[in-house]
This record gives sequence, C-alpha cells and structure tokens, in this order.
Amino acid sequence: MYKIVHKQILNPTVTRLDVAAPLIARKAKPGQFIMLRIDEAGERVPLTIADYDREQGTIAIIFQLVGKTTKALAEMDEGDELLDFVGPLGTASHLEGYKKVAVIGGGLGTAIAYPQAKALHQLGAEVDIIAGFRNKDLVILEDDMKVACTNLFITTDDGSYVRQGFVTDVLREKILEGRDYDLVIAIGPLIMMKMICNVTKEYNIHTIVSMNSIMVDGTGMCGGCRLTVGGETKFACIDGPDFDGHLVNFDEAMRRSQIYKAEEKQSEAVHICRLTGKEA
Amino acid sequence: MANMSLKKVAIPEQDPNARNKNFAEVSIGYTPEMAMEEATRCLQCKHKPCIAGCPVNVRIPEFIGKVAVGEFEAAYDIITSTNAMPAICGRVCPQETQCEELCVRAIKGESVGIGRLERFVADWYMANRQQKAEVAPAKHRKVAIVGSGPAGLTCASDLAKLGYDVTIFEAFHVPGGVLMYGIPEFRLPKALVQSEIDNLRKLGVKIETNMVIGKILTLDELYDEGYEAIFIGTGAGLPSFMKIPGENFNGVYSANEFLTRINLMKAYKFPDWDTPIHVGKRCAVIGGGNVAMDAARSAKRLGAEDVYIVYRRSEHELPARLEEVHHAKEEGIILKLLTNPVEILGDEKGWVTGMACVEMELGEPDSSGRRRPVEKQDSRFELPMDTVIVAIGQTPNPLIKMTTPGLETQKWGGIVVDDHTMATSKAGVYAGGDAVTGAATVILAMGAGKSAATAIDEYLTTGKAPDPESGAVILGSQKVEY
Repeated sequence: MYKIVHKQILNPTVTRLDVAAPLIARKAKPGQFIMLRIDEAGERVPLTIADYDREQGTIAIIFQLVGKTTKALAEMDEGDELLDFVGPLGTASHLEGYKKVAVIGGGLGTAIAYPQAKALHQLGAEVDIIAGFRNKDLVILEDDMKVACTNLFITTDDGSYVRQGFVTDVLREKILEGRDYDLVIAIGPLIMMKMICNVTKEYNIHTIVSMNSIMVDGTGMCGGCRLTVGGETKFACIDGPDFDGHLVNFDEAMRRSQIYKAEEKQSEAVHICRLTGKEA
Repeated sequence: MANMSLKKVAIPEQDPNARNKNFAEVSIGYTPEMAMEEATRCLQCKHKPCIAGCPVNVRIPEFIGKVAVGEFEAAYDIITSTNAMPAICGRVCPQETQCEELCVRAIKGESVGIGRLERFVADWYMANRQQKAEVAPAKHRKVAIVGSGPAGLTCASDLAKLGYDVTIFEAFHVPGGVLMYGIPEFRLPKALVQSEIDNLRKLGVKIETNMVIGKILTLDELYDEGYEAIFIGTGAGLPSFMKIPGENFNGVYSANEFLTRINLMKAYKFPDWDTPIHVGKRCAVIGGGNVAMDAARSAKRLGAEDVYIVYRRSEHELPARLEEVHHAKEEGIILKLLTNPVEILGDEKGWVTGMACVEMELGEPDSSGRRRPVEKQDSRFELPMDTVIVAIGQTPNPLIKMTTPGLETQKWGGIVVDDHTMATSKAGVYAGGDAVTGAATVILAMGAGKSAATAIDEYLTTGKAPDPESGAVILGSQKVEY
C-alpha cells in the first residue's frame, strides 16, 4: 500500500497528491511516469511524475478530474492509501546540452512541463516557460514555475489573467522577438502539441512532446499505447513518453485517445450512482 | 490385463453452447472411478517412452500405476518429485506433442490420457490433502527471482525447498505472470494458480509485486541489496504486430492487451470493474497458436457473434494444442485458413471496419519444416470486422536488457544462456523461459526454472558457476507461433 502524505487542491479540477514511494523516489527522473490503481476493481492509470523528493521518499502526481479514477483519486485524503503504485516507468527526458529552451504547458500539461523546466534550469539552460490556461481560475503552479525558469509567460484563452491568447501565439511572438530557442518542450492536450509543432516546424526548432497514451501495464506488454512516429510504430510506455514532435502522427493519436470515450461516460455514471446509492 | 479400449475414457465437459457464454472451466475433470479406469489403459511399458517426452521427466507409468489402484496420494508424490505444479501442467501442456505422442497406445488408437490423469491427481490432492511444506534448514542466503510466471515460480520453489531465502519480484499487481494475465479462466482457473502461489509462500518465498526490475532496481542494485544470485524469468512480454497498414486503427488489439484486459483487469465485469474492452459483433483473431485460440474463445464469451481465426497455413499446421482447436471449433469459432491479412481497413474516425486478406496455398517446406504458405494471385478479398486481435507471437520484454550492461542478448531480444545451466553472460545471473526462447510453453519454462535452480544451488555452494558443456550456447531458437 502507498500512503498519501500530502494533498493540495490546485484549482477546482486539478489536484496534487504526494505519495510515499521511497524506492521510486530514489530513481525518478523528469519525463517518467507511474501507474496506479486505487482499489481491487480499479483501472491501472498512467500519470506523469510531476515532482519527486528523494529525501522524503515521495512522488508527486498532479491530475485533472476527467474520469472515474481521477475523481475518486481527488476524493482521497492524506493518510489514505493507494493499492498499487508502480514506477518509475518510461524513458527519462534527455535535457542535457541545451542553451535556450521554451517549455510550454497547456492546462494540466504545465504540471508535467514544470519538472522539465526545473531540471533544465538547474542544468544551466535559459528557460522560458509559456503556460496557457482557459481562464484565471484554472491557473496552477505560478509560484513554483516562477523560480524554475528565466522568464514566465502566462496566457489565458479568455484574457482573464495576464493576457489573452494561446500558447502558440506567445511562442510565435517570442520567436519573432528574436528568442533563438534550440529546444521547445510542449506538454498538454494533443491538439495543443500539434499546433505548437506546426509553429516550430516553420522555424525548424527541435521539439519534444510528451505522449500520454492509453495503457494497461506500462511496461511494453500490451501495445495499447502505440503511436506512429516517423512512420514507425512506437510504444509510449517504453520508447517514450517523450518523442520528437515533428515526427509524431497527432491525428492518429487523437483518434486513439477516443477509444474508450463511451465507456468512460458509462463508468462515471456508475460512480455517481454509487455515491447517491441509486442504481444505474 | 490392461484395458485395451482404443479410446481415452471421455472427460466430462460443459456443453459447448453453454460454455461459450461463460468463463467457467471447460473440462470438469475425471471422477476417481474414471481416472482409475483410464489408468488401466497404461501398459506399464518397460522402456517408458513417455518420460522422454516430458520436459521435466515426470515418472509417468509409475504415477499412473498408483492411480490404477486408487493410491492417489502416492501418485501425487511421484509427480511432484519432478513437477511442482501438476494442476497447471495437466491443463496447459501440449501433451499430444510430448508424453502422449510417444505413448505406445497411440500407435493404434488414442494414447493414455496422461494429461487428464495428471490433472486428476493434482485436483484430488488439492481437495483432499494439506500441501506439505518441507524445506531444508535455512541457509540464510538470498536469491532474487525476477518475474513470477511458470519459470520464476518453479525456480523459486526448488530453491526455497533447498533452504534459500527467495524473493520474487513481479511487475504486475498480482503474481503468476502469463498464468494470470494470459491464459483464460476457462482453461486455467485462477484460484488454482493462486493456490500454487500460496504453496510457495508456505515454503517461505517472499513475493514483492509492483516491482519493475530494470526500472525501480537494476540487477546490479539487487546485488547491492545482498542477493547473491538472480534468476530472470520475465517472459515474452512484447507483442509482435503484422506491420501491415491500418494496425493502429481503434479496435485493433494485441492478444496480450485483449487477454490482459479480460483475465487480469476483469474487463468482462465492466462497469462494476473499471477496465473497459471492445469486442463488437464480428471479431477476427490473426494467428493460430494457443494465444489466438484463447483470444477467439474469450471474444465469443464476451458476446461476439462471429469470431474468426485467420491463419495463413492449413489446419494441420495450427501450432495450438489439439484440444484447444477442438474446443474452439465446438464453441463456434470459424477457422479461416490459408488466409493472410494484408491490410486492416477503417473509417474516417479511425475505427476498424474490416480486413483485406489474400488466399494462400501451401508450397515447399520452409525452415520450420512446415509447408510454406504462398499467396495466390489476384485473390484479395475483404472481411467486414468490428475488432481485430493480433496474436502472431511475442518477443522478450526489453526492460532488463535495456538496463543491464553485460547481459548478452540475441538480436530479437532473447537472453543468451548456457543450454544446461541457464547461466547468462553475467556472473550469478541465470535466465529461462520465454525471456530466453521467445514465446514457447509453460512446461518448457518450468523445465528451465528447474535447471536454473540446480545451477544456482551449485554456484552458491561451490562459489563457482557449473561448467557449461561448451561455453555460452544459444538455447533453442525464437519460436513464433504464427
């Protein structure tokens, strides 16, 4: 069992949990992920490692309340225990050797982009974080991000905080202002990563994206997380989750992300009914 | 005088049309009377040809002799002196190409039902006796086993009995490996696997789940933790795909994923259990091995109306156990033979709609000794499908290889070991089962686990690795089911 040692509600739909997992904390690196299962009937869910504390022996996960498991997870409290917590899985990000990097996070993606920015910053790179949110209420990690980069640029879709615009708009502005990035890291919804890649292709800037695919085991066994990269089938769990964004077939990945949409709704309905005690 | 009936005593089974709608075990098993009757068909041959066909050399005529006179406990002791898990082997071994193939009775009529008798004895013992837990005095020396499938469980069992302090590391949340995630309940009840694992715990074996060795700890770190020898039994966990267009359409599964969702994650209980699965009405399984049969029969049980096995050779070449093919056909699985898929078709939203195939005919024998399938000209045709399951084999999981410097592997991923001792190129590290051979059988993995246990004991007792016959040699070749 894996105890939740700290819980923090970052915004109405995003929660952070710090989970005691000393062996994983000893090994975790930015870009890797864990798989968790809440209880016996639960799904195995992959979540990117948002932070780790080697001394305290904890792994932080940050997640959005999108389905049954994440909603149940958000209802758990400090002291509660997760049944299974496996990691660190996936290949760590390659962050060495870059001078000027734009780390771009969209919504929840900022939580996953943050450790990469922090690591790059510690390695001595000049790091611009571009973080996009739908509106002011959804902004997360602003203080953490500020100290993990050279410049922090926040933007909101509706302009309710800092400025109006998408992360692609900010990136293009920065490039046009002469910020000569040698690397762009983009983490967020598939459509956002695709649009960022369209921009960086124009300027020929190497771009890494993080592919959070559907998985069962997370160790290469099921092949459910497969995606096409440069015309070849790759497994996000062992070959990734980081990939060269210019080579990823995003349209296919977006279609594959929809496989269980109908079931997710059905599953959530059951969850709600369990809470109210009524049958589905 | 032996019972000269040409046929095996029939084994009671669930009716095909009832069982293709449930996950309960197909075969109900012999009663004591049936077992004793079948046992009298054994001629007790002096030269015992059957034993040579068994990868763990079960003393077959001897145990059958005990069954014939109703001494089931004695029969169990004989079997388990060389085979730790008879309830499993009796159910999943390909007896027709092993012990039963060499049975003298098979020359005219059916062989003795060795597998059925082994299963009977194991089930009888489980129902009527307490498992013994006899272990040698503790040696206080730690051995790590990576992977809890048939190879790892067997190796752990033998070493624990010798007094070693054994810990099994399992990546999944439950131990058992392919016995739990791969082979379906209707062929191998999970309670039975669980009982074998409980027996191991009684021997003092510790099992740590959720431990992906290579990631959370490397092999070198296991040495730092005080383990003196390591056995790798990580199986063939990496599914192969056809590399034909359309394989990434929604509704195309690897057999591994399809079966894991069902067996391990209980997707058939969705939405009470959280893991979903898509089956649809028309389902094609590509491949002809046991895994393909398991996937097809599972799909049928989950409500698919038309389930096809699509295989490029003829029925004669199907690599699956005869009994599984027979059961599959009884349950209404359609064999689409001499048929090779060339493309998976889908709609604009990315969902599978069907498969384009070509017809094949058999030519000259190939390197596997089977007649090579050759494409017939202009024979392309389309089959509408809702789900396609790719069951053409698996290669070893790469995680250990990726993180263990000095561990020699073959190009396709199999760990290189000495044929007899199962020693790898890294001192103190042994390997066996599908991680070495590529996808093969449960019993071969058990045999490898056994050989490795003997070699590990010698290595830790003498401080020297047992002499290989001719240095590190390649064991077997990659065995692809398809």
